[in-house]
Amino acid sequence: MPPPAFQGRPRDQTAGNRLPPGQYLTRDFPVLSAGPTPRTPLTAWTFSITGEVAEPKQWTWDEFRKLPSETITRDIHCVTKWSKFDTVWEGVSVDTLLKGIKTTAGFLTAFSDGGYTTNLPLADVTDGKAWVAFAFGGSPLAPEHGGPARLLVPHLYFWKSAKWVRGLRFMARDEPGFWEMYGYHMYGDPWREQRYSGD
Amino acid sequence: MAGATLQRRLTWLQARLSRRLDETPRVKTLVLDVPGWPGHIAGQHVDVRLTAADGYQAQRSYSIASPPDDHDQLSLTVERIENGEVSSYLTDVLAEGEQLELRGPIGGYFVWSTESGGPLFLIAGGSGVCPLMAMIRQRAARGSRVPTRLLYSARSLEEIIYKKELDLLAERADGLEVFYTLTRDHPSGWRGGSRRIDGAMLAEVGFGAEQHPLCMVCGPTPLVEAVASTLVELGHAPDRVKTERFGPTGG
Amino acid sequence: MDETQLRLDGNAAAGIFRELFVREMTVARGACASCGTIAQMGAQHLYMFPLSPGAVLRCNRCQAVLMVVVHRDGRYRMGLQGLSWLEIAE
Repeated sequence: MPPPAFQGRPRDQTAGNRLPPGQYLTRDFPVLSAGPTPRTPLTAWTFSITGEVAEPKQWTWDEFRKLPSETITRDIHCVTKWSKFDTVWEGVSVDTLLKGIKTTAGFLTAFSDGGYTTNLPLADVTDGKAWVAFAFGGSPLAPEHGGPARLLVPHLYFWKSAKWVRGLRFMARDEPGFWEMYGYHMYGDPWREQRYSGD
Repeated sequence: MAGATLQRRLTWLQARLSRRLDETPRVKTLVLDVPGWPGHIAGQHVDVRLTAADGYQAQRSYSIASPPDDHDQLSLTVERIENGEVSSYLTDVLAEGEQLELRGPIGGYFVWSTESGGPLFLIAGGSGVCPLMAMIRQRAARGSRVPTRLLYSARSLEEIIYKKELDLLAERADGLEVFYTLTRDHPSGWRGGSRRIDGAMLAEVGFGAEQHPLCMVCGPTPLVEAVASTLVELGHAPDRVKTERFGPTGG
Repeated sequence: MDETQLRLDGNAAAGIFRELFVREMTVARGACASCGTIAQMGAQHLYMFPLSPGAVLRCNRCQAVLMVVVHRDGRYRMGLQGLSWLEIAE
């Protein structure tokens, strides 16, 4: 019997060691969304560090953009199986945002406009592992991709890189965010294929 | 309001392409033989599933364009979407005699049969005409005289799907009227609409709210949302306006 | 891209509803726990695979999440918190 003629979108599973298990490489940048795109004006935008911290902190957009930022290039991996190599972002390192923050909490919830949340261990957003990104591919981050700013945590599945992020709430315990509540993995390491809870 | 009757489990059925018809440069109708097809109501859709040699699967929903009848055959009208992995396979690659998986019929919300009565106001944008065409074809097959108006928005004359058939059905003068509006370009001497659907056009072409028509709107989401909210502004009760949005993956 | 292009109606969830419920769910009526609006599920706003990691049904008035369905390895997990009630005719 001849093999099926259906090919599907161009995809590569042969990218050597660079592609996590079960992923396909893509060259476009699919837009995924679970709700309407928020449109917070920059004059109203703030980023907050809240929760189990000695002193909460907040930046306006202007204050946030005055912080030192960097350009980084990373591979990203979506739980819906597509991966994209060498994506270029500009953002403020979460280490910069957490400078001087005193906390004993080991976990945090990133929260976004529109109500989206996702949970992360503190250790996974520090030491150069996470940014609040405001530009992609050299241009300001488009609203459908999470602009004006999104969390960027490339070493985990991309649902952890919360679009339209407005802050981090520190917590003593790991609490499931939106997708985690509905069955996605609490941690989400693409290299161990941790897509769903119990994986 | 239709009750929610008990349903059989949906299983994937093997469908074989019997023939493919050109509708417009980008749109084709696939006539499929589906042994064991349980029948459907106009407006329902099917899920189509394709599997590549490496096991990769893609799944999309398509409205059934053919009216309910007694045969194990149904038609899907598919628009080739730019970079569409499923649509381009269906319109250009799948060969006669080859198979695909489908399941259905699916949907109880955006449906119409002659028993539902009218008047019936159908508003279509582009390939959104497909489920509405199943309703129009069912109406014709039953010899129904339910007052029906189709307002069909397309970019150009050559992109009107089913035009010949629609014009023939309208000529029967059995209560079906068809209005076209072209939004990008139109031929000289064109007597149909030449702009996007707006409130004035809906008020002029459609049944008035006082006639309590059932309004069925189908097409790209932005058109559907604009038309649906305008119909409500014109006085149509929200539960008399039903919508089916086709997302960017087509319908 | 206009983000409304990502939005579907609850009608597009009819397939996944069929996998889970015995009765046709798109004609089921439900009350939004946030704003109280009552409407058929087919009329609500839907964000779904392949454009979302799971199916999210939102109130067509206030956009609050009504229902979430994630189809994962061999099971479905459904969240229904956003509905005060769901009503299905026989």
